Amino acid sequence: MKQVVGIINLQEGNSLIRELAATRAVEALPFAGRYRLVDFAISNMVNSGISTVGLMLPDFSRAVLDHIRSGKDWDLARRRDGLTYLPAALPDNDSRKGDLKDIYANLDFAELSGKQYVLLTNASYIYNIDFKDVVDFHKKSGADITMVYSKATTDRDGKSVVIQTSTNGIVTDLAEVPAIKQGQKDVMGAYLMPVPTFAYIVRTTYERGGQDFLLDGLIRHANEFKISAYKHHGYVAHINSTMEYYQANRDCLNPDVWQELFMNNDRPIFTKVKDEVPVQYKDSANVKNSLVANGCD
Amino acid sequence: MILAGGQGSRLKALTKTVAKPAVPFGGKYRIIDFPLSNCANSGIEKVGVLTQYKPLELHNYLGSGSSWDLDRTGGGVFILPPYAREKGADWYRGTADAIYQNLNFIDLADPDYVLILSGDHIYTMDYSWMLKAHKDNNADVTIGVFEVSWDEAPRFGIMVTDKDTGRITEFQEKPKQPKSNLASMGIYIFSKPFLKKYLEEDGVNENSTHDFGNDLIPKMLADNARMFSYAFDGYWKDVGTIESLWQANMDLLEDTPPFDLKGDMKIYSSNPSLPPHFIGPDASVKSSMINEGAKIEGDVDKSVIFQGVKVGPDAKVTNSVILPSAVVEKGATVNYAIIAQDAVIKAGARVEGKPGEIFVVPEGAIVNA
Repeated sequence: MKQVVGIINLQEGNSLIRELAATRAVEALPFAGRYRLVDFAISNMVNSGISTVGLMLPDFSRAVLDHIRSGKDWDLARRRDGLTYLPAALPDNDSRKGDLKDIYANLDFAELSGKQYVLLTNASYIYNIDFKDVVDFHKKSGADITMVYSKATTDRDGKSVVIQTSTNGIVTDLAEVPAIKQGQKDVMGAYLMPVPTFAYIVRTTYERGGQDFLLDGLIRHANEFKISAYKHHGYVAHINSTMEYYQANRDCLNPDVWQELFMNNDRPIFTKVKDEVPVQYKDSANVKNSLVANGCD
Repeated sequence: MILAGGQGSRLKALTKTVAKPAVPFGGKYRIIDFPLSNCANSGIEKVGVLTQYKPLELHNYLGSGSSWDLDRTGGGVFILPPYAREKGADWYRGTADAIYQNLNFIDLADPDYVLILSGDHIYTMDYSWMLKAHKDNNADVTIGVFEVSWDEAPRFGIMVTDKDTGRITEFQEKPKQPKSNLASMGIYIFSKPFLKKYLEEDGVNENSTHDFGNDLIPKMLADNARMFSYAFDGYWKDVGTIESLWQANMDLLEDTPPFDLKGDMKIYSSNPSLPPHFIGPDASVKSSMINEGAKIEGDVDKSVIFQGVKVGPDAKVTNSVILPSAVVEKGATVNYAIIAQDAVIKAGARVEGKPGEIFVVPEGAIVNA
C-alpha cells in the first residue's frame, strides 16, 4: 500500500442535504454519537496502510480543519508523508461549478507523490474496508480502473452512480441516476487507477470544459478504459439526503452494524480525541436501545 | 518527578502484572493520569516518571506523553527506570534514592524547582498555586498537606504547623498521639539546589533508608530548613488498597460526586478509538458510569464499566467495577466485586462479594457457573 496515494474529495456536491449542510460540508456532519462522516474516509485509508493522504477541502472548510488539524488522531501527522490539505481552486473568471477544477488545481499532489496508484474517494459513504483487497483485486484483474461497489439493500432516494457488470466483473455501463433501486450495484465513490491515468482523465476533461470528475471525467471516458468492479460485502450507507443521514445513524443501533463498523480491532474508526468523561447515569435514568457518547450526563 | 515504581502490593491481583500507577480507574483512566494531567494543567512541561516494578504496561501506556499534551519542544515525559553504571546497577532503594539516582536528569533539565509527586492518588490540583506559596514564603521545601480526621491521623505522616505562617515545626511519622491532623500528601516542592544537597548527603549515608518521609524530611527539619505546609482542600484519595480503590470508583457514582471529573482541570488519558457504548433494548442502567465500546444488554446498577466491556442479556452487575474488555455473560451476576481486564464471568456464574470484602477476579480469569 506504499504505492498508493489517497485523495479524499470533499468537493463532491450534495444538494439534497442542504438543511444540515448549510454552514459546513456534509463530510463534517456528526455521526453515531462521536464521529464526523469524514472519519470513515480517512480511517479506511490509514487502516489500509495508505499514509500519504490528500484531503481536498470543501468551500466551508473551518469545521473540517478544526476537526482534523494535524491529522494526528488518525496517525497522519508524519514527517515524511501523512496528511496534506488540498485547498479549493481559486475562483476565476469562468466560475465553473463542480469538483473537477479543484482536482485539476491539485494534480501536482498526485503526480509528485512518487506513487504508482491513486485512490480517490469521497466522504459521503459510510463503510469499513481494507483497501488492500481492492488493490490486490485491481492488479489481478488487469484493469485500468477499479471501482468499489455494493449491492443496494433497499430503494434509496438521492443521486447515485450505478454500474452494470459483465460476468467477469468488468464494468459495461456506468450512469448517474436520481435514485437507486434495491439490488442495483451502487458505486461507493471510491476509484483506484494508476496516477498517469488519473492525470490524463483530469487534464483532458478539464481542458475541454469539463466540470464534474465523475460525470464529465469518468463516465465520458469509460469506453476508453477497462474498468473492473470490486464488491464490498459489508454495511454501506450513502449520506446524500436528510432521510439517509437519519437512517444511517439509526442503523448504528443494530448491534451487528455497530460491531462491524466500529469494533474491528484491526480497523478502528479514528476521530478527534476530546478526552470526555464516561457517561454518568443517575438513578432516574432510563435508557434503552441507544448509543450514548462520553461527555453526556 | 512522579514516583511510579511501587508494586502496590495491597492491590494484590490487580498489580500482578502491572505497576500500581497503571491500574485502571474511573471508567477510562489510569491512576497515573491524575498526576500527569495535573502537571500538564499546571503548566509543567517536563515530567520524569520513575518506574521500577513491572513497568512494561506503564511504559507502553505513556508513550511520548502526547496524550497528556506533554510532547512539547523542550518538554516531555521522561521514563526513568533504574540503570547500570560503571559501579554496577542498583534498584531504587527508597523514594529519595530514586530521585538521587536521577540527579543527572534533574541537572540536565536544570529547573529552579523540583516537584515530587507520588503516582498513587486520585485528585486534581493546580500545582502553580503551591509553587507561588513556596516562592512567597522563600521556602526551601513546601509540603502539600491534607486535613484528615483525628482518628485517621495515626495512619499518616503528620505535619505540625504554625497556625499563622504555615511553617512546619514538627514531623510525626504515623504517630500514636498525633499533635495535628494535617497529613502529608507526598507532594513536595523543593528548590533545586537545596534538594540536590540533601540527596547527595543522604545517598552516601549507609544508615539511611533513603526515604523522604523517614529520612530526608526529618533531617531537613532538624537542620532548621524553611519548611512550609500548603493546605489542599479538594478531594484526595489514596487508592492503595482494594477497598479504597473500589470506594473511590463508587464515589464517582453519587448524585453530586465528591470528585467531579468534569471540573476545570481536565483529566487526559490514552485510549483506543472506540464508539459510543451500546445500550440494548432490554438493558437497564442506573447510577453507573459507562465508557466507550461497551455493550450493555443486561442490568447495571451502581457500577463503573470500562471500555469494551460486554454485559450479556439478563446479566446483573451491581456495586462493582468492571475493568476493560471483561465479559459478563448471559444471566451471570456480579455484586461488590472488581473484575479485572479480559476476565470472563461465564453464563449463569455468580460473583458475590460484600461491603468491606470486595471480591477480585484477576486479569484474564474465567469464572464458571
